[in-house]
Amino acid sequence: MKKTYINGLGCISAQKTFDTVFLEEAELNENDTILSLKVPVYKDFIPPVAIRRMAKGVKNGIVASTLALRDAQLETVDAIITGTGMGCIEDSEKFLKAILDNNEQFLTPTSFIQSTHNTVGGQIALGLQCKAYNLTYVNGSVSFESALLDAKMKIEEEDTSSVLVGGIDETGDYTMSLFKLIGFIKEENQSPYTVLNSTTKGVVFGEGAAFFALENEKKEHSYAEILDVEILNKLEVQDVEKRIIAFLDSNDLAITDVDAVVLGYNGDVESDLYYKDLADSTFANTPQVYYKHLSGEYDTASAFGLWVGVKIIKNQTIPEIVKSNSLEKSAYKTILLYNQRNGIDHGFTLISRC
Amino acid sequence: MNKGVAITGMGIISSIGNTVEENFISLMNNKVGITTIENISTVHTDVIKVGEIKKTNQQLVDDLQLSPENNFSRTAMLGAIAAKQAVKNAGITSINEYKTGLISATSVGGMDMTERFYYEYFENADTEKYISSHNAGDIADKIANELGLIGMVTTISTACSSAANAIMLGARLIKSGKLDRVIVGGTDALSKFTINGFKTLMILSDGYNKPFDNDRKGLNLGEAAAYLVLESDEIVKKENKKVLARVSGYGNANDAFHQTASSENGDGAFLAMEKAFQVAQLKPEQIDYINVHGTATPNNDLSEGRAIVRLFGENKTPDFSSTKPFTGHTLAAAAAIEAVFSVLAIQHNVVFPNLNFTTQMEEFNLVPQTTLKHATIEHVLSNSFGFGGNCSTLIFSKCE
Repeated sequence: MKKTYINGLGCISAQKTFDTVFLEEAELNENDTILSLKVPVYKDFIPPVAIRRMAKGVKNGIVASTLALRDAQLETVDAIITGTGMGCIEDSEKFLKAILDNNEQFLTPTSFIQSTHNTVGGQIALGLQCKAYNLTYVNGSVSFESALLDAKMKIEEEDTSSVLVGGIDETGDYTMSLFKLIGFIKEENQSPYTVLNSTTKGVVFGEGAAFFALENEKKEHSYAEILDVEILNKLEVQDVEKRIIAFLDSNDLAITDVDAVVLGYNGDVESDLYYKDLADSTFANTPQVYYKHLSGEYDTASAFGLWVGVKIIKNQTIPEIVKSNSLEKSAYKTILLYNQRNGIDHGFTLISRC
Repeated sequence: MNKGVAITGMGIISSIGNTVEENFISLMNNKVGITTIENISTVHTDVIKVGEIKKTNQQLVDDLQLSPENNFSRTAMLGAIAAKQAVKNAGITSINEYKTGLISATSVGGMDMTERFYYEYFENADTEKYISSHNAGDIADKIANELGLIGMVTTISTACSSAANAIMLGARLIKSGKLDRVIVGGTDALSKFTINGFKTLMILSDGYNKPFDNDRKGLNLGEAAAYLVLESDEIVKKENKKVLARVSGYGNANDAFHQTASSENGDGAFLAMEKAFQVAQLKPEQIDYINVHGTATPNNDLSEGRAIVRLFGENKTPDFSSTKPFTGHTLAAAAAIEAVFSVLAIQHNVVFPNLNFTTQMEEFNLVPQTTLKHATIEHVLSNSFGFGGNCSTLIFSKCE
């Protein structure tokens, strides 16, 4: 069966994750409840005329996917697969407000078109004139993992030699205010908002786009191999360890084979319970990594997490800023990534040096 | 020919029936579900027609026996009803007995509720529960919970081809052995958001939709949900399951032409159909019936027609019809309800009629089947094309 190699990366986030090596310019922001993006120079990637009406998610998706393709030295791909939790939510807000405020009159289509969830994937295909397989997954915290799983299957089915796969989400003002209303987001004036050892509910929100150029061929510049991806809708806290052991076992691996574990702590005291026993007991002797204090929480933040995991394998080092314990290893061969939100939409990803 | 993946159960709720049986009877008797909208108050009431399910949200709540505290959107309720039907039809009593998954599809998600309470959220705490049910993924999560399913659950959202892509992924998951069985399909409720969205694109008809007619003016939106149960051959044999039909071919391609319009040559459609034939290992002449996407927009029918002519040959096209004059265009559910109709066509050896057709399109020699036709149906091809150039084709085959 063909293997899946990550040969290119592109990441737009709340940190400087482009034109840098690996988070050396990262800045911890524990004062804001919504992290803002480190914006790239869009006109270096997109004609200025087009930028004006483009949704944030589309712009960021185009930039991140272009970076990944360049990084992989590819002109085009055999498939484009995206994951997004809420799509271009700003345009959804715009269109809905226009409907409600103007009693369904004087509406223009642009916002409606950009509010369809597969608009980013469609725009990337348009730009590349890529007529290949093009799918979009929208399912909370497993939106990106679903895309990754599909991408890996495509390569294993052998009719696809390269796939562009990415996770994109954007913040929208009104939606953020609704999330604040129901306590999804931390309350104001309660900083510092620490992700580890949090005692409060709610998260710090973020946005971003992270793309990966996958191929069935190992190349000199390959970053890592994707060994396996699994998603599961529900899991009890006490069953997490068992599930992870089974996941590793199906890949002929044990807990001790994991050189680093990347966990999706988001600072919500209840949601993070899922990581407690893993950190304290299962992986007590394993270097542990977290990332949402840098990216913020959003449905496809785990794509940022994968970017971190892949960089660890490439650089064979874990930057201090993402360490959640102080353990280190001399070599990082196999990394496990686990993410979920409030006990649903669990994603397990296994990558290794190649 | 590629054997294909077994379909062991189906469930559907649409404007032409609340069950598979009711939908079939409507299709056989020209019983159309296109009417004036009642459940949503919109300024466009008199200038559009819709395929509306004549049940209120309260009736759906009662059908599902949900508690008053529930936060199900209409989309989620329709989906749950259809998915439960499919699972029952497949004779599944212990859903987690085998590696089982749910691949759902939606474009509206919980928007039908969001648009009702958008400003009210800040005034009325009782409405807050709908904030978390807005996102597409919530639909699948709720359906999985209603089924008691613990497993791989995800949602595809590629506009009007969504459910076809869900069925495709389901078939691939069974073939690869990743799952033993999977519930696949889609659901979308009517909403002001989509009604106004399509209105601004000027592709809604103020009359009854006329697919492949030279004087077609646009589509009628509809709402529906449908799910199929796909199972591996091992389980079919072990449990002695009745196979309704098989998913033998599938293909997805991108038109890469425009965000909402299809290319004149129908490149995306052509490539999707071509791919489906490759997977099915069938030749075009083996298709007995095409259930076309046929939304009756000037653009789609021209593009799809061109692709069909390119692939089949202008005078060698099999019988074809669009069933959207019956149900309207049900967006992310379309490919799922049309999958059910394709299976019915195979089971009962019929070609369903393309209603409202009077005048052939001037661009090519394609005339749909306008009356119910009895014929041996071995293989059905079903097309679904969505915004973002997303083109998907499925081929269903009789189970030998």
